[in-house]
Amino acid sequence: MIPREFEYHAPKNIPDALGLLQQFGDEAKLLAGGHSLLPMMKLRFAQPGHLIDLGGIRELKGIREEGGMLRIGAMTTENEIIWSKLLQDKCPLLVEGARLIADPQVRYKGTIGGDLSHGDPGNDHPALMLVLGATFVLKASSGERVVPSDGFFVGSFATLLQPGEIMTEIRIPVPAANTGYCYSKLKRKIGDFATAAAAVTLRMKGENVHEVAIALTNVGASVLKARAAEDSLRGKTMNDAAIAEAARLAMSICDPTEDQRGDAEYKVAMAGEMTQRALRTARSRAKH
Amino acid sequence: MVKKQTVSFKLNGADVGVVVEPRELLIHTLRERLQHTGPHIGCETSHCGACTVDLNGMSVKSCTVLTVQCQDAEVLTIEGFEQGGALHALQEGFTQEHGLQCGFCTPGMITRAYRLLKENPSPSEEEIRYWMAGNLCRCTGYQNIVKAVQYAANKLSLARTGT
Repeated sequence: MIPREFEYHAPKNIPDALGLLQQFGDEAKLLAGGHSLLPMMKLRFAQPGHLIDLGGIRELKGIREEGGMLRIGAMTTENEIIWSKLLQDKCPLLVEGARLIADPQVRYKGTIGGDLSHGDPGNDHPALMLVLGATFVLKASSGERVVPSDGFFVGSFATLLQPGEIMTEIRIPVPAANTGYCYSKLKRKIGDFATAAAAVTLRMKGENVHEVAIALTNVGASVLKARAAEDSLRGKTMNDAAIAEAARLAMSICDPTEDQRGDAEYKVAMAGEMTQRALRTARSRAKH
Repeated sequence: MVKKQTVSFKLNGADVGVVVEPRELLIHTLRERLQHTGPHIGCETSHCGACTVDLNGMSVKSCTVLTVQCQDAEVLTIEGFEQGGALHALQEGFTQEHGLQCGFCTPGMITRAYRLLKENPSPSEEEIRYWMAGNLCRCTGYQNIVKAVQYAANKLSLARTGT
């Protein structure tokens, strides 16, 4: 399996990459880690005439904390996220999520920015970003904009990222130290996408839920924010009945497509189960 | 016809240069141009890990890397493991612990385990299974592969402490 012919470009900085993107327009695709795009090109589902490799742009890499924000370069790999002491300490949910993505070899190459920009409803970072309240920096030749993750994913392989734009950075407000969290993912085997998965962040006030965020992976055209489920939990004691009701509400917004991972009914049921598990684990990790 | 590009990199310590179309995959360059047929083509869809090579300190599936992405890179394949006629501890481990039957996955397994042991010199069994999960074997049931990696970890650790 060999991709169709294309021209390869390896810009060394963001302005050069944006210039190439402008020059080649619809013909161009950005190459991040390449573990979604290259397989698609090998299958000839994608046939770009020009490939713009972002791998040589240093400023797109790295993880740092600045002004209460975790700032992650879009070309930071999953493996770099997993081994980041800063993220292990300040944002363990992202580390937990990254550890469940694909397999070790893919995680050396796969990037957070590529995962997010691709818009695949099976990708895991969108749900993590939604419950962490992340924002994305999108750069174009005309300037940059910062957009919230909530609303960025508009459909299957569709995001707010415009053709002339490059996602350069992911910004995550440092979660409060007492935040409970969990990414619960059901997959058939290592390397597979989720049959269903749920991401949760949770803050308690005494025995009651102070703040909660729930997002679901791969059970709709894009990542789903389970707003009604969140609303049902706020201010409540998180007992079995409250968790079951939240899961029911989360399931009610699912609209998965039947495929080799299961039929729609099964996937919805698993989304409920993953929601319950993520809520229970997040509860056990949340400190008062 | 798209213009070919010259790509230079280090392969098992030796400088090599190739002239390739941008669409050429690293696995094809290694096997067909550079006669390094240790890395195997298994699934061709980045699942099986038979084509694993070490690229700039990362285990990667060479069926999902373009050769043009390897300018100035350092690439290690199974051909680079034996030194001065002596097998690498991992190669020895795979023979001593019967870590292979048909052997098709073995170059990828060993190359992946090499990077794993660089990053974590004394992994637990659970860690070996987790960090080797990108390599599939259809023969052994993995038990002896885990033992082979443990054998190498012990041997390398003894060599480090000089005991």
